[in-house]
This record gives sequence, C-alpha cells and structure tokens, in this order.
Amino acid sequence: MAIPITYNVRNLRMRLGATVMTALGIALTVAIAIFIMALLAGLRQAFSSTGDPLNVMALRKGSDTELTSVIDRPTLPVIKFLSGVAKGRNNQPLASGEMIVLIVLPRKDGTGEVNVTVRGMSPIGFELRPDISLAEGRWFQPGQREVVVSRSVNERFAHARIGDKLHFGKGDWNVVGIFQSRRGSAFDSEIWGDVNLMATDFDRPIYNSILIRAVDKQAADALVKRMSDDQRLKLDGLHEADYYGKQTRSGAPIKFIGTVIAIIMAIGSCFAAMNTMYASVAFRSREIATLRILGFSRPSILTCFVLESLLISLLGAISAVMMMMPFNGLTTGTSNQATFSEVIFQMKITPDVIVSALMFAVVMGIIGGLAPAWHASRQSILSALRD
Amino acid sequence: MATSELMQETAVRTKVVEAIHISKIFSRDTFEVRALDDVSIDFYEGDFVALMGPSGSGKTSLLNMIAAIDRPTHGQMRVLGENIFAFNDQEAAQWRNRVIGYIFQTFNLIPVLTAAENVELPLLLTRLNKQQRREHVETALKLVGLGDRMTHLPKQLSGGQEQRVAIARAIVTDPKILLADEPTGDLDSHSATEVLEILKMLNEDFGKTIVMVTHDPHAASYAHVTRHLEKGMLLRL
Repeated sequence: MAIPITYNVRNLRMRLGATVMTALGIALTVAIAIFIMALLAGLRQAFSSTGDPLNVMALRKGSDTELTSVIDRPTLPVIKFLSGVAKGRNNQPLASGEMIVLIVLPRKDGTGEVNVTVRGMSPIGFELRPDISLAEGRWFQPGQREVVVSRSVNERFAHARIGDKLHFGKGDWNVVGIFQSRRGSAFDSEIWGDVNLMATDFDRPIYNSILIRAVDKQAADALVKRMSDDQRLKLDGLHEADYYGKQTRSGAPIKFIGTVIAIIMAIGSCFAAMNTMYASVAFRSREIATLRILGFSRPSILTCFVLESLLISLLGAISAVMMMMPFNGLTTGTSNQATFSEVIFQMKITPDVIVSALMFAVVMGIIGGLAPAWHASRQSILSALRD
Repeated sequence: MATSELMQETAVRTKVVEAIHISKIFSRDTFEVRALDDVSIDFYEGDFVALMGPSGSGKTSLLNMIAAIDRPTHGQMRVLGENIFAFNDQEAAQWRNRVIGYIFQTFNLIPVLTAAENVELPLLLTRLNKQQRREHVETALKLVGLGDRMTHLPKQLSGGQEQRVAIARAIVTDPKILLADEPTGDLDSHSATEVLEILKMLNEDFGKTIVMVTHDPHAASYAHVTRHLEKGMLLRL
C-alpha cells in the first residue's frame, strides 16, 4: 500500500500559503486555457449547428465562400426544378437564391465598428431554415425596405432595435423583427432582407449562393453530385452543414494565439509547482528518510510527491473552472476570415472543456512535480536524516 | 554466573546479528576517515546491548549497517542468517519493514499524522486489513501507555510521549530486532527513565533483541551488555 493521501493533504494544508499561491498560479493558466477552449467550443457549435442535413448549397465552381461566389440569376430556375428538390407550402420548390453584402455597424459598447453580414433572400429562405424563429416583431415583406436582425446583432450593435433604421445601399432599411436560432448558429451574426431590393440597391443582379432543400438524404447527396458534375451549370454543390463546418477555421487565430499564451503560462506554472515541491521536499527530507527506514520504497516516495503536486494543480484547475463558469454563455464575436464580417457566438464551457482543463492541470502537475519527487526518492537516507 | 554457564548459554542462543570485519572508510579530499575499522561483533536473540563511545566513534554507523541503511567499505553482515548487503534498495526496505524496528533520537514522527496514523505507517506495507491494522495500532500504543492519545498530533504530545509513540511505531510490526539511536538523548531524566523501562519490558517480556546507541551511562545500565567503540574500533574490555 502507498503512503496515505491524508499525508499529502495535511502537508498541503500545513503549508497553506505556498499551496494557495501555487494553486492560484496554476488556476490563472488553466483559466486562460478554459477561456480559449470555451471560445473555440462556442465558435465550433455556432458553425457545426448551422445547416440542415437536407439542405444543399450551390456556389460558383471554385468558390470557397458565398462572398466570392457569383451565380447568374437564370441558374435558379434550372436548379429548383432538378429532381429531388423538395416542395414547400405552396407546392413551390424549396430553393432560395441569396446574396451577401457587408455593411459597417457601430458596436453598442463604443468599441468601434465592424462588418456585419446582410443576407438577401426570398421568404422561402425562412422555410429552408427551420431552426430559426421569429423572436419579436415580424418577418420582412418582399418588395419593402425592411430587414430582420438576429438577437445577437440586436444586442451588440447600434441602430438594430425594432423601429430603428439601418442605412445601407441606396437608403434606409426599417428593422421590423428580431430572429433567433434554437441552438446558436452562424445566422446569429446576420441581418436578412429582400434579395431583389438588395440586388437593385447594390447594382448586383446576381446571387452569391442558392440554397435548396432535398426530399431526403439520398436526394441531397445526388443533388450535390449532380450540380458539381454538370459542366453547364459551373457550380459546386455542397451540403450546407459542410459549408459552415469548414468556417470553424475562423477560430484559427484564437487557437494559435491562445495556445502560445497557454504554453508560455504553463511553463511558468510548471516552474512554480516545481519550486514549491522542491521547497517541500527540502523541508521534509527527514520525514522522507524516516519513511524509507520504515520500509517505504523509492517508487512510493516518488508517487507520493507527484501526487502532492497533482493535488495542487487539481486545486488550481477546480478554482479556474469556478472562476470561469460565470463566463459560460457569454456572447462575444470574432472576425470571420471567410466572410470578412463579425461572427457572433457564445462561450461554451462544455464538459469536454472542463475535462481538457483538468487534464491540462494534471500534465502541469506531473511535469512540475516529477523532478522534485525524483529528487526526494533518490536522496540518501543518511544524508536526509542529517538535514 | 560462572563463565562456563555463560558460554553454554551463548552456545544455544540464536545469533541474530553477525558483523564480520566491518570497515567503513570515507574519503575526504586527500585523507580518509575510518568510521568503522575492522569491527567484528555478534548479537544474540534476546540481547539488550548498549553501544557506547564518544561522538564519531562509529556507533551510529554500525547501527545503520545492521538496519541495511548503510553499507560498509569492507566486511560482511548477517542478520537473522541473511546477507543484508546483498539486498537491493527495494529488498532492503521490505526486509527492514519486516525485521527491524528503528527508534530515533529525535523521534521522527510525521508531524501531520496523528499518533495512531504514525504507528500505522509500517503496517500499510503489510497484508493486514484496516480492522487488523487498527487492532495492532491500539495494542502497540496501549503497550507504551498511550492508548488514550491515539488521535493526538505529535505537537500535542510531550517529548517523552512522542518517543513512546515512536517506540509503538517500531514494534507494531512485531520485529525481532529493535535498533535505538540515542533514544533518550532528547528527553528529560523522567521521560528517559519511562522510555528505558519500556525498552526493558520489550526485551524481557517480549524477547526483543535491542541494540541501543547511547552516551548516557544511566541508559546503558538497562542493557545486559555494553560494548564500547572508539575511533571506529571495538574496544576489547
């Protein structure tokens, strides 16, 4: 049997100051890691929960994003009568030609202006996005200079309340409604209005994308293939969910910078843990020698001190999780490199994030504790007794 | 007791420790220090031996070798028939746990553990279950008169009580040999007498072989045999 864990716990309590300071250092590092992971998890959820499995998107061949895609208007009637396209309420094919424009809006909190995506669509676009519902007001009317804004846009940007006017294109657009997504999606960063009026306003008689609903999964796969293979259409067909899934790469800068910061802080925290444990080993060298004389082996001593280091780091990790929990669900935004506009999402401290944070702390604890524990287990009994 | 009777008794008693030409030489810069110089000595089952001598005479070095904590430069040591210097670290630790009870001058209790937890430590390395360990701990602490101090931390005990807890820890695994390094060195005379009485009781009533290092003639008077070391050599008196 190993040295009892009560020995470690009480030793940590005895050196409370050093334990708390070390745990706090680790907590700050883990908090940074949680922050980064929660941002990425939120971003991933926003994109991965966007897109219906039966929806198929058409972009110009070679285009990665809607913004760089240009589709001639006559293409829409061709596509919507392809076999496998589902029919809507009025027995109309569920197909929506859409265009994207970027407008600059000031943030409510005065931290500057950012690009916001405005999506022109027909009302069929609402039917194609069953996860989106009207939260307040009403949907825009085709032929009217009206827009609906997402709840997040409403909360984060000026002039985005119902009754406000947004100035873009060739004039003002009335905000008549607020929509929201059920699970958080990329549409939470958008403003929607009538595609034809927008095309006129911006002198762009084209679509950027066409969204269609297939009757079933097989039909969706077939439509993707059909659109991509048809040389006359010059389109790339892709599942809507795949399109948004690829956009999680907009989190790459966060991931890179966050990882670099977390690694630098983790190295510092490892040294802090190491320092504390070295001091602890030096202070307890006679105890260690006594344990050896009583019959505890070198591996027992090693395990004991690594465990103690782990306890400090886990204390830090738990503190970090508690510190960061209030940020769970916090709405924030980042620049989407695919659309050059702000993508709005919520920080998500998921069970995965918590487990990863604990594992991160465990690794720091092991790295920080191993060298002092090795030293403790290797020191000579006789010289330790004389200390 | 006549010499012939003593020789006869010695002949039938089991040899517990057999030190053969033990030397321990430390190299310090350009000169050598002989902590032990060709020491040969035997201890028998049931002996209570006092090792005396001035500081640096090699008493503690010899004690540490009997416990397989230290190794000689030359010589052999057999304890209960086993060549203890052939053990590796792990084997030595397991053997000590089974055979040796060690009592320190400075008690060396773990300050964050209670008296009972300190005494229980060597038992954690045995196959005893929790209940059995508890029974052994209670028995050992009652034997040293501290049955009512089980939950006390070392800092809540007097020096004498701490040393009695340390003795309980040394005997809890029922080892054959007790090694005591100046066990009364840090105690007042009253506590020292209490500790020596316990050692005497362990020797007489439980048959423990005790090797005790001491400077104190009063402590040595409790032993059956006193051997003197000087400059690493065993004095032939």
